[in-house]
Amino acid sequence: MANPSTTKNETVATKAAAQPITAMSVLAPALGWLIPGAGHLIQKRWIRGLLLMGSIVIMFVIGLMLEGHVYQPNGGDILDMLGFVGDVGAGGLYILSQAMSWGHGAISHATADYGTKYLIVAGLLNFISVADAYHIAIGKKP
Amino acid sequence: MTLALSHFSAALLFSVFASIVFGITQRNTTRDQIRYGLYCFAMFVGGVIVAGWVMWILRR
Repeated sequence: MANPSTTKNETVATKAAAQPITAMSVLAPALGWLIPGAGHLIQKRWIRGLLLMGSIVIMFVIGLMLEGHVYQPNGGDILDMLGFVGDVGAGGLYILSQAMSWGHGAISHATADYGTKYLIVAGLLNFISVADAYHIAIGKKP
Repeated sequence: MTLALSHFSAALLFSVFASIVFGITQRNTTRDQIRYGLYCFAMFVGGVIVAGWVMWILRR
């Protein structure tokens, strides 16, 4: 009688062998995180890459223009930490906003809170974009 | 430089950009991507309108 855990381990190993780590499967997600849409552009998905880049960058910029708050890594509060996780998804845009000290506007009106949400969602959408770039790199998606 | 948007226009812009990303990342073919993007946009905007009416009813 076959050991179920052994069979399961063999299945996982087979799947891992079917998707070997290539340079593109590492580079595309990393570049896609740093520059939204670049993970697709580097794989010659020009229209998809430009649309993703435009959507995420414009969302982030609108968030800043609405005086949204950019969360810091050492927020202390659990909700601040979650906000940071969302913001940091925007990669280079987050780094740039920290370097330029953007996103410190006091929330004094309702649309400023919308700005904060725009910034977080731009980062979260970039996480999805990074996962998509990875799936293209490993051949799981055309 | 700041931007002043109404609640509805902020929700509308949000819907446009989120729908583009969802459409591209969640479907494989170009046709399906466009269809899913439009579906997401309709759901976002429809949700906003429905939520608006629900709040109006609750307020009465």
